[in-house]
Amino acid sequence: MPFELRDEGGRQRIVLRGRWTVVEAPALEPRLRAAPLPAARELMLEASGLEALDITGAWLLRDLERRLRESGAIVAWAPGRPAPLDFIDRTMTGSRPPPPDEEPLSLITGTLHGVGRATVLAREGALDALGFVGIVTAGFGRALTSLKRLRLPSVVRHVYETGLTAVPIVALIAFLIAVIVAYIGAQQLRKFGGEIFVVDLVTVSVLRELGVLLTAIIVAGRSGSAFAAEIGAMKLNEEVDALRAMGMDPVEVLVVPRILGLVLALPALTVVADAMGLAGGALLSWYLIDIPFNQYVERVQGSISEFTFWVGIIKAPVFAVLIATVGTLRGMQVRTSSRELGRLTTVAVVQSIFLVILADALFAVLFMELDI
Amino acid sequence: MAPVIEVQGLVNRFGRQVVHDGLDLAIRSGEVFCIVGGSGSGKSVLLRTMLGLQRPSAGSVRIEGREVVRQSAQALIAVKRRYGVMFQRGALFSSLTVAQNVELPIREHFAVTRELARELALLRIRMVGLGVEAASKYPAELSGGMTKRVALARALALDPVILFLDEPTSGLDPISAAAFDELVLELQRGLGLTVVMITHDLDTIFRVSNRVGVIVDGRMITGTLEEIVDSAHPWIRQYFHGERGRASRGEATSDG
Repeated sequence: MPFELRDEGGRQRIVLRGRWTVVEAPALEPRLRAAPLPAARELMLEASGLEALDITGAWLLRDLERRLRESGAIVAWAPGRPAPLDFIDRTMTGSRPPPPDEEPLSLITGTLHGVGRATVLAREGALDALGFVGIVTAGFGRALTSLKRLRLPSVVRHVYETGLTAVPIVALIAFLIAVIVAYIGAQQLRKFGGEIFVVDLVTVSVLRELGVLLTAIIVAGRSGSAFAAEIGAMKLNEEVDALRAMGMDPVEVLVVPRILGLVLALPALTVVADAMGLAGGALLSWYLIDIPFNQYVERVQGSISEFTFWVGIIKAPVFAVLIATVGTLRGMQVRTSSRELGRLTTVAVVQSIFLVILADALFAVLFMELDI
Repeated sequence: MAPVIEVQGLVNRFGRQVVHDGLDLAIRSGEVFCIVGGSGSGKSVLLRTMLGLQRPSAGSVRIEGREVVRQSAQALIAVKRRYGVMFQRGALFSSLTVAQNVELPIREHFAVTRELARELALLRIRMVGLGVEAASKYPAELSGGMTKRVALARALALDPVILFLDEPTSGLDPISAAAFDELVLELQRGLGLTVVMITHDLDTIFRVSNRVGVIVDGRMITGTLEEIVDSAHPWIRQYFHGERGRASRGEATSDG
């Protein structure tokens, strides 16, 4: 026991012993809470038997003393009150009890609160995004009027980082997707004896849709997240404030080069994806339906119109603007904590992929109406 | 009495650059020891080595007789519970409130109840001179001085016997810095701590230090404040007898 009760002629003594430190606290606390308080009017606390007492132990001891006093006993110390207790007393003078935690809301009011909060946040988010688009547009206007403000070295760096370094993964994925499409196509078309249309299927789907869409999704995951994380970390480190203080516009320095870089990089990556997709189609056509390469090329040329390639590639800059704008906007929204940085980076990726697919759907409707 | 911290023959090399070249240091129990040195003299490397965060090229570091160098992470935990560290920029966890920051080490190491952890955290927050209203704030909402105090409260969370402070008064105005010095002294006396402090603040050195160690040429010159001030080493002479040093010394002597 950390303390022992001794009865000495009407006066009770509590002899404290052992170690009372932060190490023992977890075991000590429940035992102290559970121990029955002596009923005597006069109590003598004896601390000379303590082996160790730190601030945590003193806090528990002070709590015990308080509970004894509250039970109506007169408490005295022999040989004296340990110094750490006095230290805590001095620390706690004038302290108010901590404010109670807010009471949890009921189901109905809680739900209403949630809906209201979400509505306000959605409105703020929409206004924020709209304002950012305006600021970026103005930044582009300024950047395009002078070569110095365009910051070409920075643009080139982002073309390299978002474009060139993504070539291997984009090429591989485009190739594999073309292989999958060819496989499934051949399986289905064989039922009608139309295996030759596998070439048309692969060519049209890769050039019009899959090439650019897959590239955009990969780039959203790679570069959208990188934009948000880079700018977000700069915000946390007050680097963005430093830019402002030096009279440099963060939008001009950080946002415009990233958007411009990606606008240049994504179409180039799309061309790579298209080429690798067609290569995958060629390999599978030869393997599955015995079409030699020169015949495949002829068939490809027969299956596309003058627009097919351009219908795909025209979407790339639009997707690039969406990905880069969302990524940089979310990065700029990081304000206080590292958790926010993680959350907004995730939001940047999810939103840019969503917007890319939404835009692709709108393009599909548009091209249908234009009959291309 | 055996020293609380004992560094022997410490060598730290980075490529061809030698930072520490056979550095010896002994810090006694219950003293306030200030480590001084020029920029790049290896103060932070020495601190990180003493904390067991960095492996030196050679030499040994013992804290309360236990070796820190080349120990397993498991073995180091026992040592790490004996010291608290206040990092230069606070290093508070930005996603946790002040109270949660202070509670974190307590709840990580000991299976205390939620209420006791909160009470102990609030006690630490009071000990560094902050009110309970600070407890629910996030680090981003704190001023520079409050950040330092919360970092100190977190360093005290596990009732350490040794307190490491890395430039505790940097970035504070002179009044806040002086108040922080007093706080450190009060806690050191009240809790019987051994304080090891890296500082450039001459006012702080004159106010709080019992002994001073100066890192020059990869070694440590230690002595009482008077001995160091009277040292013949050119760098130390320039440090304490330059324009700023004279002003601080004048204040300290006229003070008492």
